[in-house]
Amino acid sequence: MPMQAAVSAPGRSPAGPAARAEGLSKIYGAGETRVVALDSVSVEFARGRFTAIMGPSGSGKSTLMHCMAGLDTVSAGSARIGERELSGLTDRQLTRLRRDSVGFVFQSFHLLPTLTALENITLPLALAGRRPDERWLETVVATVGLSARLRHRPAQLSGGQQQRVAVARALVSRPEIVFADEPTGNLDSRSGSEILGFLRESVRELGHTVVMVTHDPVAAARADRVVFLADGRITDELHAPAPEDVLERMRRFDAGARTG
Amino acid sequence: MLRTALRNVFAHTARLLMTVLAVMLGVAFVSGTLVFGDSVGQALRGASAENLRDVAVSVQAEPRPVSDEAADEGRTTALTGKLVDEIRSVPGVRAVHPGVKGTATLAAEDGRPLNADNSWQNLATNYTPDSPHGERDSRFPLVSGRGPSAAGEMALDRRTAEEAGYHIGDTVRFATDGPALTKKLVGTVETDDPRVTAGGTLALFDTATAQRLFLAPDRFDEVTVASAPGTDEERLTHRVRALLPDDGITVTSGTRLADEQAEQIVKSTAWLTRLLLVFAGIALFVGVFLIANTFTMLIAQRSRETALLRAVGAARRQVVRAVLAEAGILGLIASAAGFALGLGIAAVLRPLLDVGGAGLPDGPLVISPSTVAWSLAVGVGVTVLAAWLPSRKAAKIAPVEALGSVDQAPPRRGMVLRNSVGGLLAVPGVLIMLYVSTLDDGAETNLMIAMCGAVLTMTGLIVLAPLLSRPLITLAGALTTRLFGVSGKLARENALRNPRRTAATASALMIGLTLITGMTVAGNSVRTALEREAVSGLTADYQVSNAGYDGIEPALGRKVAEVPGVADATPVATAPLTARGADTTVTGADPRQLGHVTALHFSAGSLDALGPGKIALSDELARRTGLSTGDTFRGTLGFDDDRRELTVVGVYRQTHAVEDAVATTADVLPHAEGGKFDSLLVKAAPGTDPSTLERDIRTALGNSPLLRVQNKEQLTKAESGEIDTMLNMMYGLLGMAVVIAVLGVVNTLAMSVFERTREVGLLRAIGLDDKGVRRMVRLESVVISLFGAVLGIGTGTFLAWACGSLAGASLSTYETVLPWGRLGLFLLLGLAIGVLAAIWPARRAARLNVLRAVNSQ
Repeated sequence: MPMQAAVSAPGRSPAGPAARAEGLSKIYGAGETRVVALDSVSVEFARGRFTAIMGPSGSGKSTLMHCMAGLDTVSAGSARIGERELSGLTDRQLTRLRRDSVGFVFQSFHLLPTLTALENITLPLALAGRRPDERWLETVVATVGLSARLRHRPAQLSGGQQQRVAVARALVSRPEIVFADEPTGNLDSRSGSEILGFLRESVRELGHTVVMVTHDPVAAARADRVVFLADGRITDELHAPAPEDVLERMRRFDAGARTG
Repeated sequence: MLRTALRNVFAHTARLLMTVLAVMLGVAFVSGTLVFGDSVGQALRGASAENLRDVAVSVQAEPRPVSDEAADEGRTTALTGKLVDEIRSVPGVRAVHPGVKGTATLAAEDGRPLNADNSWQNLATNYTPDSPHGERDSRFPLVSGRGPSAAGEMALDRRTAEEAGYHIGDTVRFATDGPALTKKLVGTVETDDPRVTAGGTLALFDTATAQRLFLAPDRFDEVTVASAPGTDEERLTHRVRALLPDDGITVTSGTRLADEQAEQIVKSTAWLTRLLLVFAGIALFVGVFLIANTFTMLIAQRSRETALLRAVGAARRQVVRAVLAEAGILGLIASAAGFALGLGIAAVLRPLLDVGGAGLPDGPLVISPSTVAWSLAVGVGVTVLAAWLPSRKAAKIAPVEALGSVDQAPPRRGMVLRNSVGGLLAVPGVLIMLYVSTLDDGAETNLMIAMCGAVLTMTGLIVLAPLLSRPLITLAGALTTRLFGVSGKLARENALRNPRRTAATASALMIGLTLITGMTVAGNSVRTALEREAVSGLTADYQVSNAGYDGIEPALGRKVAEVPGVADATPVATAPLTARGADTTVTGADPRQLGHVTALHFSAGSLDALGPGKIALSDELARRTGLSTGDTFRGTLGFDDDRRELTVVGVYRQTHAVEDAVATTADVLPHAEGGKFDSLLVKAAPGTDPSTLERDIRTALGNSPLLRVQNKEQLTKAESGEIDTMLNMMYGLLGMAVVIAVLGVVNTLAMSVFERTREVGLLRAIGLDDKGVRRMVRLESVVISLFGAVLGIGTGTFLAWACGSLAGASLSTYETVLPWGRLGLFLLLGLAIGVLAAIWPARRAARLNVLRAVNSQ
């Protein structure tokens, strides 16, 4: 692990999980149209670990991620990043929290077409008015293998390259936790595998914490731990899984859903 | 496809709002103007018909001098009292009003002259009872008191009396040509003579007094004949004509007269309507940019939809037609709303103009079918025309694009063609304007050349605006980035992202500001020149002149000279002069005195050399005629063909005070109009209190309201005052174009924000707070607006500078004077427009739900 030795890892408060939900509920609508997206979910995301959240469509996996990341409000319960409780924060405080403590990777890349790759990567720092730490920036850029394409605009990059820019952007501010929402959903299998490799590496070698929502068992199998969600509840979890194990669990869900 | 078009209009109501507003404002301007023009025309015709209601026959006599020798001894006509009596006894005549016409300018109760600068509007006539034994004149219904019937009495119209503060029994001071007169006010009357309602005054005297003041005893200027019921007007006219000598008397039937007046009135209001329509056209032209932008954006957003339509079998033509139909529907809705708004404008315009003293008669709004048709046609036409180019783009969308990805950045189409066209327009335009700047007069052809050059330059710059946007916006962006960090940088990138859209938005603003700046620079330069010229060469402290152009009696000059505190009062006369084929005027004054009140710089000879038969010329006239000191030429002085020998004894630099030539009073005065002086130039003795002196001079002049005593400041103002009024009017009229341009900025921003919802969502997700988003949108708006403002101010200044040469000959001291304060204000206006236009789009962007925005398509 030479890289970890060379560059300080992000963890600012080593004690406790990077993020935690307790009795987290999210309810949309009321009366007839009431939908319970999350039903009193409690879960911890350990520091320096790569966690995958899996579940069928409508299971609430994306909602859980959005609530944990401060993108959506919580109906009941608590969501914390580090020791910080998210419910009760104002929009500005949430924005600041996302800027300083959270990294995002989206399914459809979400890069600003007017900025170069490098400018896109350093955007969170620019928003915070901070100067990038050159060594850390080089490390991140090297990790995702973009050194040669920093001056390109998104339109001149392939899908895989664009998503690598997005990963680098998520890592550049050394967030406490990185949320990835179906990061391989729009990529061919080779590019997808590459991205998963970078996420894996950022956890193992740079000491980041990554939470990834996916419905791809192969992708989930690259995580340290897989949390299964169905109907807004956590139903199961696996540690250091093999793809077959994940697939097997998913099949069981489907069967359960059909009989139940 | 019509259904698709309709659906599209209603599906995008919010996004089309600005477009609708722009078309609506433009159409409102057009329809408001047309309705206003029709209404005023109708009201004026009504007023004049009302005025002539009782006139069956009108007899007008041409005035002529009493004797052939002296023009100033008074005038007379062929219409005698005896002829009037004969007219009265013609069968079918119910009443006759023999009239005497003149002007009388009043002093208000506090001594200030009423409307002295438009003394032609200050009517004076005789009050003649309808029948020889009656007391009332039905043409002037009494409001209070009675009609004047003795030499010492007069009546006024009610408005004038109120304005002047006179009551029945007061002594009214007035002047008909020079000295002030007084009479007792015995009554007030009502009148709807358009000249009076438009700000003039009306004074009535008994017939004998009026004849003494304005004509000759027992003579009349006109007779109006009222007919008995059942009399044929044409027949009566014929009978009256048969009675009268042909020479110098015209007889017209009342109907003919009313028609002629109506025609006159229509002509006199037509210019106003036309002027307003020009500005409405400018506003609509600005609107074109907004509409074109909207449709371009809509079509880009809908390209997948369009591709799908094409894939399932819609022909190109059908796609184009659908877009045009959508534009047509939009235009129709907006025009209808605009028409309604226009009625409001028309209703408000009349009282608004009346505040400025236009004196337009009241009346109902006249909505003619042609106004409705024009308004709708213009609105629909402009909208469809503006949507035409974008519709071609829609037709070019290939069916396969329906399957393409959403996020494809629009391909950067080459702008080589556009830039070449722009260059081909702008370069000749600028060259023409540079050529115009070397011209030296405002001849018709030069004006046409300048007009062409200006239009070419502006059109060229509009076409080139995308090209210009890059360097200018990069420059502005460098500033915003430095000041506002990443928000500023993103704003710059967003403004640069689609140069065509940015350029179209900025161009709309540029047009208004080019015109505003051009007029301001030209107006300011003209005013500066006029102010400089008004007092150039004048060392006198006061100028006394006659507002009624009747000149100043020689005796008055002597009176003013005797006023304590007056060091010198030099009477100055002018007369026509023809020297070697050049028609000009010569100033006549006492050479020794003239040196005290003017500063003449002689390049040859001197003022002292003037004497009988001697003349000094300005350098300008000397150049034109080729005469120089010592030359003798045969010149014509005055209106008669009296040629005489004149010897040039000096050449001086031309000034406003003494223009082309100067000779002695003795040589010039006999040839001056009416044998009177033009003005008195008064020099105050050192240490005299100006206000006391001014009052004393007025007293010496008999406090005549017609005689003006103006100090240098007032002279300057009198020359340049109109410029400000005109500029303010232009600002008001061009304001509409600017408002539409602002709507354009709002529109572009709102649609950009809509297109970039995902990006805004991302920025919010990774840490830009709502304030930052708002700032980003606001800065983009400011950058675009400033681009338009800088382009407009620059172009306007350039055009005004180039056209400055056209003032050359008529205003020799003209030079371009940049009103820096105003120009700075316009730049600030651009900034303010940017901030203002961003309010709504920025708020929308900042309020976007982060999650929904990130996940939107």
